[in-house]
Amino acid sequence: MPANPFNGHTDYGVGIGLRVPHYRHILEKKPTIDWFEIISENFLVDGGRPLEILDLILEQYRVVQHGVAAYFGSPGPLDRGHLRKLKRLVKRTGTPWLSDHLCWGSVDGRFTHDLLPMPYTSEAAAHTARKIREARDFLEVPICVENVSSYTEFHISEMTEWEFLTEVSEQADCGILLDVNNIYVSSQNHGFNPLDYVENIPHGRVGQIHIAGHSKFERFILDTHDHPVLDPVWNLYDRAIQLAGHTATLLEWDDRIPSFNEVHHEALKATVYLEKKPALAAA
Amino acid sequence: MKPSKPPFILKKNPRSPRPERSPRFEEVQRRMASAIMRRLTPDERTQPTDSDGRATEVTAAEYIKPNDRLTSLERLEIYNRQYWFRLLDCLIDDFPGLRAVLGDGRFYPLIISYLESHPSSSPLLGDLGKNLPAFIAGRKSLTAPHTWIAGDVARLEWAQIVAFDRGGRPPLNPSLIASTPPDKLTLRLQPHITLLDLAYPVEAVVLRLLRKDRSLRNGSSNAVGEKHVPRKFARAGRISRRRTRLLVHRHENSVYFKPLTQAQFLLLEKLAAGSTLAAACDILVEAFPSTKSEDVRSWFASWQHFGFFIRR
Repeated sequence: MPANPFNGHTDYGVGIGLRVPHYRHILEKKPTIDWFEIISENFLVDGGRPLEILDLILEQYRVVQHGVAAYFGSPGPLDRGHLRKLKRLVKRTGTPWLSDHLCWGSVDGRFTHDLLPMPYTSEAAAHTARKIREARDFLEVPICVENVSSYTEFHISEMTEWEFLTEVSEQADCGILLDVNNIYVSSQNHGFNPLDYVENIPHGRVGQIHIAGHSKFERFILDTHDHPVLDPVWNLYDRAIQLAGHTATLLEWDDRIPSFNEVHHEALKATVYLEKKPALAAA
Repeated sequence: MKPSKPPFILKKNPRSPRPERSPRFEEVQRRMASAIMRRLTPDERTQPTDSDGRATEVTAAEYIKPNDRLTSLERLEIYNRQYWFRLLDCLIDDFPGLRAVLGDGRFYPLIISYLESHPSSSPLLGDLGKNLPAFIAGRKSLTAPHTWIAGDVARLEWAQIVAFDRGGRPPLNPSLIASTPPDKLTLRLQPHITLLDLAYPVEAVVLRLLRKDRSLRNGSSNAVGEKHVPRKFARAGRISRRRTRLLVHRHENSVYFKPLTQAQFLLLEKLAAGSTLAAACDILVEAFPSTKSEDVRSWFASWQHFGFFIRR
């Protein structure tokens, strides 16, 4: 599935997140890299240094926007002001697809700035899917929704997380940004088999994959993005690639960030799995 | 999914049974948002009592499942702590000078009270501190006896944020300014400009702590660590009171603090408020009779060089 409607029919390879500590290295050394993922909200400003840096990056590299504040699952309507800013940025970056999280994070105009897990109900799925469709129609770019890591479950949930992701993505007719690290983290926190998740989603909708590291604590795992990718996550990635095909992949490394070369080297380990599984359309 | 045990709290407290009808997802979201925005205890734990007076372990168990390792309350607490750690870190990043002049003993209670009074109302974390200067002025007891200096530093640090990432518009052509009759000429300052009339010369403190890349979110993880580990801070030295007027602006993507005389400040303030150039100059001459027309021309030349003025 190298190219599908959910990633704008592109065939991007292995990218890394664009992070402040790497700006100088990237702009001075101009390393070869397939693509960068940016946090959209860091560039939703009217001017100044953030946009100057972004424009310099755009001169050299392909950029995909990844958001943290659309909150498709929050109560109430979409934030139109936020969407207008996103659309301006979409025009600037030319992102072939845009991703954000399948989560909620705000209530009645108050923002938690967190990626909170949804109650997995049919009502919530319909509400979330409606907002994703509206956002896609407004932004005029394909949207992929990312499964979040979670530390809690709700009594009112009526289905598993992967059933909810399937329900939302099919109702919204949107793509999936499959974060295999988040699946692993949640599987350990909630006691399910992560392969059940990877094997039971609509693989033809996977437009992008995230890999990352996490931190183990005594009674739970935190999705900290501050380590290399661990073996169980690589194993899930391997299975995801078998099922979804050759998919644009991005390494997230967000805290205790090492050198650009170290992050890039870690990301490129994904090519071992990608090369095992050339382009293949999944049902 | 692995079946979870029934909430143990319900066995302990039969007065708090789970509601017969499951609340709708939005009701769960409202309850959880309210719970995670409640201030932590001094040892960074979730408050034992919920806002309705009942035990939080009881109220959490009504909508959050426990598992074989964590109670409902403990699962809620992960998010409660993440909320506070993330937002406190953001204000620490954006107001290092304020922290330096107040010290942690006053700074933390101040920003915790601020976040309780002004929960974030924007999807962008960069907007989080916009009401902090006004909050300091309105809640003097939190910063006394250093309210003036704290307010000055907070205003300057917010002006620095505005200068960092607010938009810039094409500056007015100097020939257009020169050819427009002064009684018809109204001007606006660039959106990234802030005029500040300060009681203390706090720019030295802020300049020392100036960051080049303020609080850009470095990732999309929803975790911020198990413990809050604030970065080290520098304590400001003693600062003597001295009225200071500044224009904070951006030039070639760097932030500058431009000192202004009292007369320059008055003129720019009147222009920014919508006075025509002629009316602003009349007020200027009335307040400062010794001001010469060549002084004003010289000031304008400098301000136009930096592109301060845009069309109103």
